[in-house]
Amino acid sequence: MTYSFVRQDMVDARGAPVNTSGPIAWARRSLFATPSDALLTILAIVFLIWAIPPIYGFIAPTGIGGNAVAPGGTVEDCRVENAGACWAYISARMSFFIYGFYPPAEYWRPNIVFALGALLLFPLLTPKAPFKRTNAVLFFVVYPVICFYLLNGGVFGMRPVPTEQWGGLMVTLIISLVGIICSIPLGILLALGRQSSLPIIKTLCVMFIELWRAVPLITVLFMASVMLPLFMPQGTTVDKLLRALVGVTLFSSAYLAETVRGGLQALPRGQYEAASSLGLSYWKSMGFIILPQALKHVIPGIVNSFIALFKDTSLVSIVGIFDLLNTVQAASSDIEWSSPTQAITGYLFAGFVFWIFCFAMSRYSIYMERRLDTGHKR
Amino acid sequence: MSDTSSATVDRAIDTSHMKVSDTDVAIDVVGMHKWYGDFHVLRDINLKVMRGERIVIAGPSGSGKSTLIRCINRLEEHQEGQIIVNGTELTADLKRIDEVRREVGMVFQHFNLFPHLTILQNLTLAPIWVRGTPKAEAEATAMHYLERVKIPEQANKFPGQLSGGQQQRVAIARSLCMQPRIMLFDEPTSALDPQMVKEVLEVMISLAEEGMTMICVTHEMGFARQVANRVIFMDQGQIIEQNEPEQFFSNPQHERTKLFLSQILH
Amino acid sequence: MAAQVTLSAPPRTAFYNDPVIRGIIYQILVALAVILFFAWIILNTAQNLAAQNKSTGFDFLFQTSGFGISFTLIPFDRSSYYWQAFLVGLLNTLLVAIIGIVFATILGFVLGVARLSSNWLVARIATVYVEIIRNIPLLLQLFFWYFAVLKAMPAVRQSYELPFNTFINQRGIIVPKPLPDSEMTFVIVALVLAIVAAIAIVRWAMSVRTATGHYPQPVVWGSLFANLLITFGFGFVAGSLLTGIFPALSGIVGFPLIAGAVLAGISLTPYTRFGRAFIGFVLTWAVMAFLLEGMFAFVPPMVIALAAVLTAAAVAWIMIKGDGRPAAEGKFPLALAVLIIIAVPGLVYWLTGATLNFEVPILERFNFSGGVQLVPELVALVFGLTIYTAAFIAENVRSGIQAVSKGQTEAAASLGLREGDRLRLVVIPQAMRVIIPPLTSQYLNLTKNSSLGAAIGYPELVNVFMGTTLNQTGKAIEVIAITMAVYLTLSLTTSAFMNWYNARVALVER
Repeated sequence: MTYSFVRQDMVDARGAPVNTSGPIAWARRSLFATPSDALLTILAIVFLIWAIPPIYGFIAPTGIGGNAVAPGGTVEDCRVENAGACWAYISARMSFFIYGFYPPAEYWRPNIVFALGALLLFPLLTPKAPFKRTNAVLFFVVYPVICFYLLNGGVFGMRPVPTEQWGGLMVTLIISLVGIICSIPLGILLALGRQSSLPIIKTLCVMFIELWRAVPLITVLFMASVMLPLFMPQGTTVDKLLRALVGVTLFSSAYLAETVRGGLQALPRGQYEAASSLGLSYWKSMGFIILPQALKHVIPGIVNSFIALFKDTSLVSIVGIFDLLNTVQAASSDIEWSSPTQAITGYLFAGFVFWIFCFAMSRYSIYMERRLDTGHKR
Repeated sequence: MSDTSSATVDRAIDTSHMKVSDTDVAIDVVGMHKWYGDFHVLRDINLKVMRGERIVIAGPSGSGKSTLIRCINRLEEHQEGQIIVNGTELTADLKRIDEVRREVGMVFQHFNLFPHLTILQNLTLAPIWVRGTPKAEAEATAMHYLERVKIPEQANKFPGQLSGGQQQRVAIARSLCMQPRIMLFDEPTSALDPQMVKEVLEVMISLAEEGMTMICVTHEMGFARQVANRVIFMDQGQIIEQNEPEQFFSNPQHERTKLFLSQILH
Repeated sequence: MAAQVTLSAPPRTAFYNDPVIRGIIYQILVALAVILFFAWIILNTAQNLAAQNKSTGFDFLFQTSGFGISFTLIPFDRSSYYWQAFLVGLLNTLLVAIIGIVFATILGFVLGVARLSSNWLVARIATVYVEIIRNIPLLLQLFFWYFAVLKAMPAVRQSYELPFNTFINQRGIIVPKPLPDSEMTFVIVALVLAIVAAIAIVRWAMSVRTATGHYPQPVVWGSLFANLLITFGFGFVAGSLLTGIFPALSGIVGFPLIAGAVLAGISLTPYTRFGRAFIGFVLTWAVMAFLLEGMFAFVPPMVIALAAVLTAAAVAWIMIKGDGRPAAEGKFPLALAVLIIIAVPGLVYWLTGATLNFEVPILERFNFSGGVQLVPELVALVFGLTIYTAAFIAENVRSGIQAVSKGQTEAAASLGLREGDRLRLVVIPQAMRVIIPPLTSQYLNLTKNSSLGAAIGYPELVNVFMGTTLNQTGKAIEVIAITMAVYLTLSLTTSAFMNWYNARVALVER
């Protein structure tokens, strides 16, 4: 038997038979691949048909097939039987949800803060934008100082606005930004301390990190609001917002320390050895060689910690600070707009705001992760 | 050794009810096509493998050689044509697929040993749960094959503790423990260091000498010369040329084959 | 010259440049700073407390509390001590944590597997769930469930009635209260023993199967018998349902019994999957008709009946197409285990004459009498924690399964292992190693997050102790220290477990 065979005419590529491409093939493959898949698909469709119309009807305003009251509607519309979400209430109370009790005449001040923040943050998050270092210094050091004086007033003839009057989304953003800005350096120091070969420093750092990671944030906030005044010298008063900030910072620095430690541990040993073989001192080798690399790799982790922190800021409402959630909660007992859907509309709004921020950040974190990954392979 | 022979008897019973029409044909691929989405990856493959044949498939990367042998035990499904293994045609029927896979062993480029099981457990897993072989017997068979691949002393270690060459030899032994009639090798030496390639090839050569039906996708042309009955050259998803190794290497016919050989044989 | 050489041999460095000495100096400085800081704090605190005329110490734990708690697992009233209040809070925390963990695990695993489903729609629904839930603060979700959903329920007189005499209204969910008599103890003991026995029998059967290649003969016969009995049971149910749907069938005396017997008979023949398909058809039909009727009140009954029949037909088709294992392989003795777990306690129930009555809640003038009232705070907290944590568990499960490379499944498949065995022997053991450590920390997170119950008035540890007790006694430092110590203990225990587990399952590498 001889096997000799030489192909004379090459077989040209053919389009796939109908069953491997096109929408029908896709449906067969992804929805009806097996009988059990088909059953699952049917059940899922039944579920969606059941769930989506009522949700849509509740959220969408009357104009587009829903029952909700669009911004500009009146409270009477919202009190109609079977009325959907009362968006009119949200738009009427919007400034309260954004600024809290901040005097309306001074809204331009938080507005500048928002605009400035966006202006500085956008190039900072864009990997290709130039002047990263200057930008970072501006955002992390100069910006908070400007914000404080702008919002607090009392300088350049600006009317002082005590922190009790701050509120809404503004406070939510302030707490999470201050929390992250203060906890990054603290977290880095703690992570370095935990990796240190000096036993006392290492023990102290481990104790600090493990203590804060072990307890719920709410106990930390209680502690900050009840015990901080006790710890201070007699006669000192600590601002309520500041107490919450201290609590949040301590808490999130412990989590951040663990994130950074992950980055430090992921660096190949060779980097440490190379750094010390160059004769660099500990701080120089950390500052110039190790940390820049480690921090770059933990950017996604830091963003994720920030998402967690951002969600956690809602807890400050428990110690009486008027963040976004607390303003929504407070407004929901507002008689002027009382209607059956008032509370639920408020939560939907707050949930949506939180969701937009967190979802955007998590997408960013995934994007950075991909970018760093490809950087690695190259 | 008596355990091994009884395992063989088991197998004889197992296969007696198989509906083998043409006992000499191990694998028959007829007019087979396969697409990944819209990409026509295998085109009009016709291949008849007789029992005891040793076939080497060569070709540039992306030519569809791995896909072809993965179709033979239905790790990939084909869309047109027929694949008949040991007289069983491969269709979507799970029973037939199981039947074929029990008779066809496969060795992967990246070994794919089960990292959570010891070497011995890796080897006895399938005999115990697929064939219902008693544990003691399965272990005896496993030790027999570990001795054949010359690493009986590693039996109680975990895959992570072995070198690449050792892992690949374990992977071969794992397939042999199922006492397959056909062995498929998917670039078994591509992930190995040169000195480890040798130890794996030695095992493969000794298998060939015992008359195992083998299909190997490999770049080891020395191996092809030494043991293959037939070398198949694939490019662009089709079989371009096949011949006995002597002819294939000394007198390639097709332009593409010549080009390929000139590139890899320097 | 010589003198110079000897002098320079030990290279002299300034003592502050010696890394060891430098390290020691650093540490002493840090330690001093920490000590000074704490001393400063303690001094301030002492002065502050003295100025407020407050004392310190834990003696307050043995004073009567003077407040009531709305939901307690142990008896508690105004005359109880503070340490009892602490205990109530701790137990309530643990209660909600355990319930939440059970439900979140189930939901999380389902969602995690669904996210990897080859069914696009199912995967997409799971993804939407995860992306929505984990990006909204838990506290907001709790507020939503508590204030917008449960508190918006109708007043007591307009309670919604759910199946099984369950009512839902502003004051929570009222369920029938089980009233076991003393003989029920035997039944419960029997149930526990039956579960243990079933596990032991299955394990023994598996070890015999491994050692000899066959399941032990008694287990095979037992399984056959169990299978018959269970098929009979299902057949009976299907028959009863059919008589409900076609009243004409009730003309046949004992139709359900006949149906059960016939189906049990079929299960002995090679056509068993047709019998199973029939049962599947009838049960799915009944369940779907019931579900669809409840879900789409406005749809004409004809359409619903048609949809239910179609779904039932799909199920029957699946069961007919499904491959029965070759008889020689033997079957996993699941039926036997199920039978033991059902039959043994059932037998004891019948023999001892035990009775299990339910006290049905009855609507009276102002409130329900009888039944168990699950307070809305508890329900909202369980809901919120379950739904929130499940999203995170789903992600852990997904990445755990994805961590098992495709090559592992392929290798297992190429060895001839069937789908079920591939999962059981190769994929799940490897995935679980990846899943369990983050799963444990999700459990810990859930327990810590249960402290948010304080915000909706569920009397858990933080609420009862850091809230009420702290307010009444003013013992800030003691109360906060105790509360933190509780969470610290939980956390350290968990991480000890994780270290132990990781060390145990770590894959051995070179």
